[in-house]
Amino acid sequence: MTRAVLAGVGVALAAAPLGSFVVWRRMAYFGDATAHAAILGVALALALQISIFAGAVAIALAMALTVTVLSGRGYAMDTLLGVLAHSALAFGLVAVSFLSGIRIDLMAYLFGDILAVSRGDLAVIWGGAALVVGLIGWRWSALLTSTISAELAHASGIDPKREQLVLTLALAITVAVAIKVVGVLLIAAMLIIPAAAARPFSRTPEQMALAAAAIGGGSVLVGLQSAYALDTPAGPSIVCVAALAFLATGLFQVVRD
Amino acid sequence: MSLITADNVSVSYGANTALRNVSLAIEPGEILTIVGPNGSGKTSLLRLLIGAASPSTGRITRKPGLRIGYVPQKLHIDPTLPITVERFLRLPGGIERSACAAALRRAGVPGLSNRQMSALSGGQFQRVLLARALINTPDLLLLDEATQGLDQPGSAAFYLQIEEVRRNTGCAIVMISHELHVVMAASDRVICLNGHVCCEGTPENVSAAPEYRALFGTGTGGALALYRHEHDHTHDEACAHGDAPQDSKTAAAE
Repeated sequence: MTRAVLAGVGVALAAAPLGSFVVWRRMAYFGDATAHAAILGVALALALQISIFAGAVAIALAMALTVTVLSGRGYAMDTLLGVLAHSALAFGLVAVSFLSGIRIDLMAYLFGDILAVSRGDLAVIWGGAALVVGLIGWRWSALLTSTISAELAHASGIDPKREQLVLTLALAITVAVAIKVVGVLLIAAMLIIPAAAARPFSRTPEQMALAAAAIGGGSVLVGLQSAYALDTPAGPSIVCVAALAFLATGLFQVVRD
Repeated sequence: MSLITADNVSVSYGANTALRNVSLAIEPGEILTIVGPNGSGKTSLLRLLIGAASPSTGRITRKPGLRIGYVPQKLHIDPTLPITVERFLRLPGGIERSACAAALRRAGVPGLSNRQMSALSGGQFQRVLLARALINTPDLLLLDEATQGLDQPGSAAFYLQIEEVRRNTGCAIVMISHELHVVMAASDRVICLNGHVCCEGTPENVSAAPEYRALFGTGTGGALALYRHEHDHTHDEACAHGDAPQDSKTAAAE
């Protein structure tokens, strides 16, 4: 249980600043596509017998870069993401079916298996989370400037394309470390819901990222406890708690205004 | 030396040529306005000047150590992004709190520091953008359709502010606009752009140039007079664009 809590909090901390950018830049579906593609990475990693983390990062990154390159070349972004996200998921599921003996594990990758987190997993999760937080913290001002306006970024000597790449990399790492905790289908929820719930009572971008971390971490704690008490699946329970937090802060905003 | 020199610059996107053989120089302390109809390459030129794009052919030379302040056309800050005016001004970092207050004062909107960007009126928002451009004491201020969305008194007041900024700081100012009357009146020099440089000179010269009238008609002459209280209001027939003798006359008038 302690390991589950630590794993969940680790993911929540990495997801908070990244999720804020996903919300500000309207990349929610982009996050979804990257996460769905990760199942293909999992299948490849199992087939090649390399680490799941490495496989997921590689495929998630390849997916994110493909989307970035293809965007603005004929298809609307949402069409492109719809095609790529679901085909990657479908190819991933088909690829997993070719591998004998791991069919039972499939649910664990789709919905997470936080209660089975090992010490090694924990090290990978916290290592990845530290990397993501470090990366975003290091580029924070440049990322924020290019999120507000690409032209302003250029005028300040910042290359918005490079900053986009930083976010893409952070997204791929987050997806890979979050698979074990919430599974590929619910990763986008961990990114978006805490950040969106933090919006109503934030006055600066930094406050929003911190509040998102608090809400995400709190959702992990409450979600795991309710999963234990009610005998519900852990990953979805965490997301349910986060969604309730979103509802609460949304109502708070309606009442205040 | 000139702040920025464009030497025979062309820009094309695929088969479309946005700019061809444009040469111009921006001198210290001048107010230069670039006017032109939609699709005349104004934005392409501006992107070249701020360094957001490179020319397909030709060369852009900047004075070493040139500091550029840029006021963008319109800035949409996503409502999901909470940010105060002060935090916005301090991006991307290294800006003192006192510098923010001073820049807001110079832009004519003191005391907005703690407001949310999303709560500002259109005029306040543009002035905050101006303040942001002024914060690094630039040698050159670039404004891209900076008064879009402001009403007539609002944009007239904004341009008076720009003139005051130049008086107080001595920085050069380049404005891109299609709001000819107000903008041109405040300028030292006007360049009329339509893929290439059609004509250039003082506002009076350019507004009388046949190339300019071919593009914009004569209606703006009156508004210019309104602003300047000068009697350059005439109603010549618009001459054919690129008429050779008229061309040489414009060049001579410079």
